[in-house]
Amino acid sequence: MTTTAPATAPSSPVLVELDGLRKEFGGGHGSVAVDDVSLTVHEGETLALVGESGCGKTTLTRLLLRLLAPTAGRVCFEGRDLATLSAAELRYLRRQMQVVLQDPYSSMNPRWRIADVVAEPLITHDPAARGRRGRARTRERVGELLEAVGLDAAMRDRYPHEFSGGQRQRVSIARALALEPRLVVLDEPTSALDVSVQARILALLAELQQRHGLTYVFVSHNLAVVRQVADRVAVMRRGRLVEVGDAAQVFHEPRHPYTRQLLDAVPIPDPRRARRAGGRAGGAHGTRPGADAAAAGPPAAGGTGGSGG
Amino acid sequence: MTDLNPTVPPHPADSPPLLEIAGLSVDFRLGSSVVHAVRGVDLRVSAGQTVAVVGESGSGKTATALSVLRLNPEPPCVYAGGEIRFDGRDLLALSDKELGRLRGRDISMVFQDPMTSLDPLQRVGPQVAEVLRHHQGLHRARAREQTLAALEEVGIPEPERRYRQYPHELSGGLRQRVMIAMALVGRPRVLIADEPTTALDVTVQRQILDLLVDLQRRHAMAVVLITHDLGVVAETADHVVVMNQGRVVESGSVLDVFDRPVDDYTRRLLAATPRLEPA
Ligand SMILES: Nc1ncnc2c1ncn2[C@@H]1O[C@H](COP(=O)(O)OP(=O)(O)O)[C@@H](O)[C@H]1O
Ligand SMILES: Nc1ncnc2c1ncn2[C@@H]1O[C@H](COP(=O)(O)OP(=O)(O)O)[C@@H](O)[C@H]1O
Ligand SMILES: [Mg+2]
Ligand SMILES: [Mg+2]
Repeated sequence: MTTTAPATAPSSPVLVELDGLRKEFGGGHGSVAVDDVSLTVHEGETLALVGESGCGKTTLTRLLLRLLAPTAGRVCFEGRDLATLSAAELRYLRRQMQVVLQDPYSSMNPRWRIADVVAEPLITHDPAARGRRGRARTRERVGELLEAVGLDAAMRDRYPHEFSGGQRQRVSIARALALEPRLVVLDEPTSALDVSVQARILALLAELQQRHGLTYVFVSHNLAVVRQVADRVAVMRRGRLVEVGDAAQVFHEPRHPYTRQLLDAVPIPDPRRARRAGGRAGGAHGTRPGADAAAAGPPAAGGTGGSGG
Repeated sequence: MTDLNPTVPPHPADSPPLLEIAGLSVDFRLGSSVVHAVRGVDLRVSAGQTVAVVGESGSGKTATALSVLRLNPEPPCVYAGGEIRFDGRDLLALSDKELGRLRGRDISMVFQDPMTSLDPLQRVGPQVAEVLRHHQGLHRARAREQTLAALEEVGIPEPERRYRQYPHELSGGLRQRVMIAMALVGRPRVLIADEPTTALDVTVQRQILDLLVDLQRRHAMAVVLITHDLGVVAETADHVVVMNQGRVVESGSVLDVFDRPVDDYTRRLLAATPRLEPA
């Protein structure tokens, strides 16, 4: 995610290893949300997980965080199988793995002040945060965290509804950082935001990663966003990984046709290039030379008559 | 299907506008506070042309679009000024009855969330057919036949089967296609599409955009496409209107606006837009 971090993350130690993970929902005849996924996440890298909605991205991250138990397979954090840990050990380990979701509002108690939202993990996990002296320390820490994510510490007494979408996402990043985790799972963290807000949140995440040596698993369906942040990319389709590779390779020489399909679907914010690309929507433009119109291929209705998504 | 001659621009830039919004102002009055959601917006679109309206959330795009058919809830909405001319008439001055006759027949809308237009308790086919019966007084059998043709035209496989399904039985992409079929079955001359692909995956978005462009060309519709995605604008629009805080801050041909944005806000939007390849 940062320019200084080595893009060759696989040379850094493995932080998390997923091995033959499978998750079925709804018993024997249920659906398979995650199907035989093996993947490593390396210290300090940003691994992007991409695929269409419903392909199993969120389920995979919940397995990784052990918020869900797999039907088969293992998750190891620094070589330790999470399934073998005691409840206390798992609790301790959870401090090192945090998550930021697309819609932080849904995970915030609307009656809590922002200070309480950010302090919650501290109070739950850290005995030193409790008691009278703890409270003063926590207050100070919350102020630091808010400032670290670009908010004014004086905002701590406000309620979630008083914040914009981008500010709330900053709050949820502050909360995720409260326990100084090593791994942060970001599940579509900017999908609900406007582009300019998204750009600022992505810059913030890059800065925090650099400062704290964080490892990110970044879930997104938007390949253009992934392009900005990822060291490596894992492409998922119907519960399976179809391709894993360095970002440069996946974007420039995708090996799987499905990856190609995803790349081709991304709208190009450049009218000339968009119009040059064959078969794209870019079409009925008076400004466009006639030859290009022919190159754009037949009208789409016939070609889109498939399953229709 | 009529093929357009590729050497003839389908819409000369100087053709008269079919729909023209001039100096539109829309307020929302809540108690003593007033939100000036739309502040003097100008926009014109001709037959066969696509005008994109871009801007960040809250900039007044939807309020502008809904004004065309006076669909903003009144109260709190007040049309504070301006005109919306269609075919020589000021839509803001029409009676509800006159406007009702225009809706769906001359001017149609497609929304981001198909469920705002689809009744969850009714099968989708009859909902589309109802539009035809209402606007064209078609009998049941004839309306059904035309609906099946419309479902097929928007690329819905097995239209006979889909006709009998409920909205929740369809994927997001199929629901959006049904909504497009419903909007277009009355052969409107103007289509207003408000973030029609924002909730969809890129691959489904691609299909829906291709479909809209194709239908527009075939029927020479005037299209107002609202989006916050400059990629979508680049691929579909002839003309762009950039909105910020209720105002049009920039307006021009898509090539001009992308090549030489004059407004600072437009430049910032362009700079913030994520790209697969560096610009
Ligand atoms: N708790 C659950 N119970 C049943 N099915 C689920 C549950 N969570 C997810 N699924 C199903 O698993 C599949 C993958 O979902 P998800 O992981 O949320 O995908 P993504 O995050 O890629 O959109 C979907 O078909 C979804 O309906
Ligand atoms: N029904 C309404 N009642 C009150 N305020 C509204 C209503 N609809 C829109 N607004 C306000 O008008 C402004 C513009 O909103 P909208 O047109 O929906 O923006 P956009 O579509 O560009 O995101 C916003 O400040 C919004 O809160
Ligand atoms: Mg998900
Ligand atoms: Mg809107």
